[in-house]
Amino acid sequence: MRSKFDEQLALLNKEMIEMGALCEKIIQEVLEALTERNTKLLNGIVSVGAEIDRKERTIETLCLKLLLQQQPVAKDLRQISAALKMITDMERIGDQAEDIAEIIPFVMKRPVRTDTLLHEMGKASIKMVTESVDAFVGQNLKLAGKVAADDDVVDHYFTKIKQALISEIVNNPEEGECFADLLMIAKYFERIGDHATNIAEWVGFSITGVHKEGCI
Amino acid sequence: MSAIITVKDMCLWYGEHQALTNINIEIPEKSITAFIGPSGCGKSTFLKSLNRMNDLIPGVKITGDIRYKAQDIFAPSVDVNELRREIGMVFQKPNPFPMSIYDNIAYGPRTHGMKSKAKLDDIVERSLRDAAIWGEVKDRLKKNALGLSGGQQQRLCIARALAVKPEVLLMDEPTSALDPISTSKIEELTIKLKEEYTIIMVTHNMQQAVRISDQTAFFLLGELVEYGDTETIFSTPKDKRTEDYITGRFG
Repeated sequence: MRSKFDEQLALLNKEMIEMGALCEKIIQEVLEALTERNTKLLNGIVSVGAEIDRKERTIETLCLKLLLQQQPVAKDLRQISAALKMITDMERIGDQAEDIAEIIPFVMKRPVRTDTLLHEMGKASIKMVTESVDAFVGQNLKLAGKVAADDDVVDHYFTKIKQALISEIVNNPEEGECFADLLMIAKYFERIGDHATNIAEWVGFSITGVHKEGCI
Repeated sequence: MSAIITVKDMCLWYGEHQALTNINIEIPEKSITAFIGPSGCGKSTFLKSLNRMNDLIPGVKITGDIRYKAQDIFAPSVDVNELRREIGMVFQKPNPFPMSIYDNIAYGPRTHGMKSKAKLDDIVERSLRDAAIWGEVKDRLKKNALGLSGGQQQRLCIARALAVKPEVLLMDEPTSALDPISTSKIEELTIKLKEEYTIIMVTHNMQQAVRISDQTAFFLLGELVEYGDTETIFSTPKDKRTEDYITGRFG
């Protein structure tokens, strides 16, 4: 009865999964380049970033077409409007991964403790992105709630890294610029966590109709 | 807003067939309430019960309570003609009488005993203005109403309903026979009319319900499944049957 509509919604889901996968991929590659201090690993980053931007436009077009053609209501409306909001956060995640990639050539020094923490923080933020997209695809409210809780973990890493870098700057003031750059990287990971949280909140909306505290 | 119509545990049978089961609803005054649901769900039957139009159908049995302004509409003291004056009706297909535009509007007031030409002139103009058709017909009030377009005929019928100064207007799919421009005129008109009247409308057009109504009631198989604020019904319906119907999964 609404097979065409269902096909379009299935396509939207597929595109969202692909965009989510690209976001995970770009952070993964940036984290690996950072951990290895291997700038050669950054060569593919720009093209992944461009692919994310293209996906954003494809999904935008698809959502507008669905709004126009199907005049969706209820869950359909929530799913499509949530997708439109989520892709903005996904696109920002891609941008922030690219921002980290730009800094990596300037942080070739490896303060041991901070490096371990940064690696763990990067992994934690990737996990948030993965889970937020999984929550959307599986319409899993519990998983969406977990993402918001995980943001505290990422924020905690940021605080620890900041403290560790302050000590590094005190002990090695001549390397101050490098440590400031590492702090920037940590901040970008922290922002990625925030965007994943936003995504998870829109997943919650698409399931319940409630965004954060209020109905829309 | 206070309720102008309150229905409690209402059931309706056509002979042996039960068409409505335990309907409970409160309709706020000066607002637009939309009734939606698949064909045969009982929404038009329910609409027609509100001014006792179903009395005219043989074999109808109604139980439960329907109150208009707290008055039981089935009480022996109720004058049915007076009830239908206060609760007017506009049908799906425009049904002007085969007479002049003027006489169509004056028909109701005349049957209620009004004779003064000056008063009738005044009512005709006010009703046609309220129905947003005065400008289009003021120079041809003596022409036959059947010469008007479908959209104009429907606004004429609304004007005719307004001429007897009702409080409530029941509209049974008032735009389903009209083109998009006439539909949009009727929709704008109903939004304006709710400042003074209570409007209850059966519609098969979901987008119309979303566009103009304040409350929506979803009927299915003779039951009132869900009733609430229109935005809530169309964004986060509580009942799965409502969700399935409005998203086009059945019906």
